[in-house]
Amino acid sequence: MVEMTGAKALIQALEKEGTEIVFGLPGGANLPIYDALVGANLRHVLVRHEQSAAHMADGYARIKRKAGVCFATSGPGATNLITGIATAYADSSPVVAVTGQVPLAMIGKDAFQETDIIGVANPCTKYSFQPRVATEIPEMVKKAFYISESGRPGPVLVDIPKDVQQATADMKFPDLIKVRGYNPVVDADLSDMSRAVALLVKAERPIIMAGGGVILSGAFSELQALAELLMIPVVTTFKGKGAFPENHPLAMGPIGMHGHAEANKIILEADCIVAVGARFSDRSVGRFDEFGKGMSIIHMDIDPAEIGKNKSVDVALVGDVKSSLRTLVKLLAKKIAKRSADNPWLKRRKELVQYYAETLKDYPREITARKSLKKLRELLPANGIVTTEVGQCQMWASLHFDVISPGTFFSSTGLGTMGFGFPASIGAKAAAPKVPVVDIAGDGSFNMTENSLAVSVLDKFPVIVFLMNNYMLGMVAQWQRTFYNRRYSGVHQHSCPDYVKIADAYGAQGIRVGSMQELDKAIKTAMKSDVATVIDIPIDPDEDVYPFVAPGTGLKDMITGA
Amino acid sequence: MATAATQSGSWYIVTALVENKPGVLFRVTNLFRARNFNIESITVGSTEQKDLSRMTITTNSDEKTLDQLVKQLRKLIDVVEVKVLDTEKTVYRELALIKMTAVDPTTRSEIINYATIFRGNILDIGKETITVEITGTPDKIDAFKNLVEHYGIAQLSRTGVSALPRGVEL
Repeated sequence: MVEMTGAKALIQALEKEGTEIVFGLPGGANLPIYDALVGANLRHVLVRHEQSAAHMADGYARIKRKAGVCFATSGPGATNLITGIATAYADSSPVVAVTGQVPLAMIGKDAFQETDIIGVANPCTKYSFQPRVATEIPEMVKKAFYISESGRPGPVLVDIPKDVQQATADMKFPDLIKVRGYNPVVDADLSDMSRAVALLVKAERPIIMAGGGVILSGAFSELQALAELLMIPVVTTFKGKGAFPENHPLAMGPIGMHGHAEANKIILEADCIVAVGARFSDRSVGRFDEFGKGMSIIHMDIDPAEIGKNKSVDVALVGDVKSSLRTLVKLLAKKIAKRSADNPWLKRRKELVQYYAETLKDYPREITARKSLKKLRELLPANGIVTTEVGQCQMWASLHFDVISPGTFFSSTGLGTMGFGFPASIGAKAAAPKVPVVDIAGDGSFNMTENSLAVSVLDKFPVIVFLMNNYMLGMVAQWQRTFYNRRYSGVHQHSCPDYVKIADAYGAQGIRVGSMQELDKAIKTAMKSDVATVIDIPIDPDEDVYPFVAPGTGLKDMITGA
Repeated sequence: MATAATQSGSWYIVTALVENKPGVLFRVTNLFRARNFNIESITVGSTEQKDLSRMTITTNSDEKTLDQLVKQLRKLIDVVEVKVLDTEKTVYRELALIKMTAVDPTTRSEIINYATIFRGNILDIGKETITVEITGTPDKIDAFKNLVEHYGIAQLSRTGVSALPRGVEL
């Protein structure tokens, strides 16, 4: 037992959890926490907006595969975090957010900078804590990390009233904690495993649909083992992009609204889908009622509530997908020998890949999104980390940037948060400082958090902003072209701002390119740079993202644009 | 779980043991709202263990929605246990307070008669009103309400269902 303040106990509890870095911004209600940071064994990164703090913690978490931590003060500081917390929640990312709160006696009095942040955050957090006495802090922090990181990960909020931060008490730091109502499944569910095996042995055209759960669980080699045993095509969801090497001969890329045409096509021809850590989101499967009709579906997920939520399935295997896959492969290998690559189903795969490679033509310009992203892939090492902003740039990344090393790609796939990519890339860089990190960006999305350039420069996170700039809210413009007869409304950015000058103003590096050759040079320069680089790449505002499965329609209604 | 044909509109009683601490009811009701679950009644009260409360939830749902409701409830950290009760093997009761306008003596004696038949208690008699307490299954309370409705119900308050499984179950 050691006597210390609640704020000091918070910092020590974070250190005990192995936290190395915290992204945050101080204010009135978390001053004691910031005071306790002085001399602590924690690196603090001062953000310019709390939304970015949450995205940085999220980006850090996705690469480090442990909880990222962010700080904000009460009221507006805390509400600014919410977009970032909701983003982490939608993508099952472990984030521990610590907010200051007005003193206990002021709670409920509509005090200055008071927000019921527990109430606000409830629908987008896995859990939340509000210590009422300082001695509760060590245990609550430990529980916050445990809940955030285990099972299906997610954000947890710890909201600490200012007087609880200030209070001094004898602190006990528990080694073991137990949360009675929380028992995440870990092991494979064996009860239905034999039925899954039987379905797969019998199936003529089985397909794997890998989701974000594979990445969260790090089940890359297990997934590959299943695919290579059965010798069947592997599609992913967008969140699962990079769960399977996209240059692998069985890979077909993401399905969905802007999925790869061949992936959208082949999944409709399958007779058995193995969905691994995927949640059948509308963006992936189109219409719930149409998707998977007449096929058997095996669904592996760690979250029991995902079973039957959007799609009724034939076999459900609840558990960590790494463990489930391992068991499935083991049992399957007893029934069948490794299948040959020379099978009609893979021939069909090849046919589709070839057909669409020939059919889908690039947009007729010297610089296009497709060409730019292929160039980036060519120059970026396989272990380079890539994240994205949200909009056309994101979908182009999904279509034209192949992830080679599993787990090196992530994006705001569930919430679709504009402004996510840049701060998240900074978080990723903090987690993997030696690896080049790229934010595949569009101008509209980058606008929202571009003030993180200050963080990238001052805190030395030399990331690359690969800015595909059409001075448009391009995805909205595309929908207005497609569904509103080209009646544009609120989408033009009118050549504002000048991104080279913006980068310059923050002490970062801005490079505007006018040709593919210049782009080549710019990427090489950026990778060697010790400050962040914004590469401003002009994209024609009329360049659309294709293929396109219109909302409310099924994958079979895909428009290829060819 | 994965049954194709689901009957819609069946009545279910769901019972949940939850942590007895502030904010738990909020988390549960917020979940129902966010996921669009239609709840008929919800009751919360203390149990034999002082750190646990029991919630009894009744809902008209199809099987698929019920399955989701149970799974989403289980997912809440503060929810320790969730069960769908088999109404055949469950004792369940609701309490209703019904205040009726009753001025003339015939009406008054009729209401008192009905209340006796329904094993209700007369809790209050004023110059113009009679308040009756009825305990029973929701059906029984509905039946009494329908019976006395034409006298004019001034106020009505129902508690929602409270339930326990029979015998040694749970």
